Amino acid sequence: MTTNTQYPIPNTPSPLWHSFKTAAWLGWQIESNWTDPLIFAIYSVIKPLSASAILVVMYSVITNGDYASPIFPYIYLGNAFYQYVGAIMAGISWAVIEDREHYRTLKYIYVAPLNVPMYLLGRGVARFATGSISVFITVTFGVLFLQVPLNLAEVNWPLFIGSLFLGVVMLAMMGLILAGVTLLIANQVWFVGEAVAGALYLFSGAIFPLDVLPVWLRPVGYLMPLTYWLELVRRALIGNAAAAFPTLAGWSNGQLLSILLALTLVFGGLGYYVFRKCDHLARERGMIDMTTNY
Amino acid sequence: MTTNTQSPISITRVPKNAGWRLFLQTVIARMYPRIIGQLREKSWVFFDLFLPIMGVAAYVFVYRAIKAPEDYVGFVVVGGAMTAFWLNVLWAMSSQLYWEKETGNLGLYIMAPNSLMAILLGMALGGMLATTLRAVIILVLGSWLFNVQFAVSSFLQLFAVFMLTMTALYGMGMMFASVFLLLSREAWHWTNLAQEPVYLASGFYFPVSSFNFWIAASASIIPLTLGLDAIRQLVFASGPSLGFVSVQIEIAVLVALCVIFLTAARYLLRYMERLAIREGRITESRR
Repeated sequence: MTTNTQYPIPNTPSPLWHSFKTAAWLGWQIESNWTDPLIFAIYSVIKPLSASAILVVMYSVITNGDYASPIFPYIYLGNAFYQYVGAIMAGISWAVIEDREHYRTLKYIYVAPLNVPMYLLGRGVARFATGSISVFITVTFGVLFLQVPLNLAEVNWPLFIGSLFLGVVMLAMMGLILAGVTLLIANQVWFVGEAVAGALYLFSGAIFPLDVLPVWLRPVGYLMPLTYWLELVRRALIGNAAAAFPTLAGWSNGQLLSILLALTLVFGGLGYYVFRKCDHLARERGMIDMTTNY
Repeated sequence: MTTNTQSPISITRVPKNAGWRLFLQTVIARMYPRIIGQLREKSWVFFDLFLPIMGVAAYVFVYRAIKAPEDYVGFVVVGGAMTAFWLNVLWAMSSQLYWEKETGNLGLYIMAPNSLMAILLGMALGGMLATTLRAVIILVLGSWLFNVQFAVSSFLQLFAVFMLTMTALYGMGMMFASVFLLLSREAWHWTNLAQEPVYLASGFYFPVSSFNFWIAASASIIPLTLGLDAIRQLVFASGPSLGFVSVQIEIAVLVALCVIFLTAARYLLRYMERLAIREGRITESRR
């Protein structure tokens, strides 16, 4: 006798949202539960402040602490917000390395009913959260102790929120491209995110105006969406002081925002395409459960 | 009935090293994969040179943006080259026993009849050779790209400072390695945390004399602080005027640091190994 019983299928949430939400929670646990909250808080404060302090000391040694000069907030805020690059972009690609090489769970992620790109983007959320804490601490320290001229009443909030949102999406898409590439390489995989973040640090005018670069290197900076993003964030926070440097002085906020939006869309499409391509190749070559021990 | 048959197979005794010969053999055995690994895996040329050069260039352009004297560009290039040693000590020396634990080799190291100190020394020497090559390339490339002018006042002192700095630094790495025997997944975070604060405290990108005397003196516990300061005093025209203390004093302190770190490493390695065995942490894997 055959039974034809149909079992009710429970209402499952959208796989995209479910993948994203679960990965965000998992990422936060991995990022934060390796120690007790106090040590985690100290860790979250010391690292970003030390990185910023290197630039502050370099600046103050040469200028005898002339923090009123417009170049100082330019450097300081650029460096503070650049922490998002390492956090989000490198963080998303790092999830592949952690899951494949360290926890060795990437193959299980692939066989689970998850959307892999959304899962990786979700893993970046925890890095975004810790990155936001670092950025907040760094900016607050600058305002309180280093005369960074940030007045909350004068901040262009719509521009700040809009450009920050676009920037985060753009970084996440760049992270997805790196995650795809990471799926295909074995050796030196640990350094891919850092290498790209290091290159962007140099070319995006994060800590110096692009005019300081040799003429032949400047076009590289103009191709980077980060250049426009950091400029917009600076303009939103400190207004005209940020627009004092000739690099992008001729561009209005609207023009910069349009360029950033266009580049974010380009990177969005590119991220989706590159990840799909790399993902397909990685499956074909049997690299999903590869462990290199590097 | 008992048989008294003798095995037809004649057992020849393989001579085995012991004492200092075993120590030396272990050092060479552990050094070998480090050097050969570098030769076989060529991609380091891109990643290990590209990354530091990018960082060095960014800091050079910051100095150029704020119109710093040209010697500061040289300070950044030398500091950038020395980051290779700090990263090597952190990731391939201090935390190496943690990685070995993760890959299952640590138990084998402990079981084998050799000294853990010899294993670490082999790692140090192998790592130091490869890292020196990287540092030299960064130095040469950075000097060429940014037109750094050197004015070496004493090659002998420069050689002595470099060797002492390396001995003390890798001694410190060995000492930290013993602590990492007890750590698990938090090891990665602690190692990560030790990068930027040390770049700051040791003055990788600016003269350490920019700090208050007592801050600079406290930072001198890290051998690279005095080593870098002495190297800058010896290779740049403006170095002595921006130095922290005289090169002679820095050499004397570095000698003391060598003795302290190597002795502490020897003691701590024995102690931590016993502790780790007692607490069952040699083969644990808390990911």
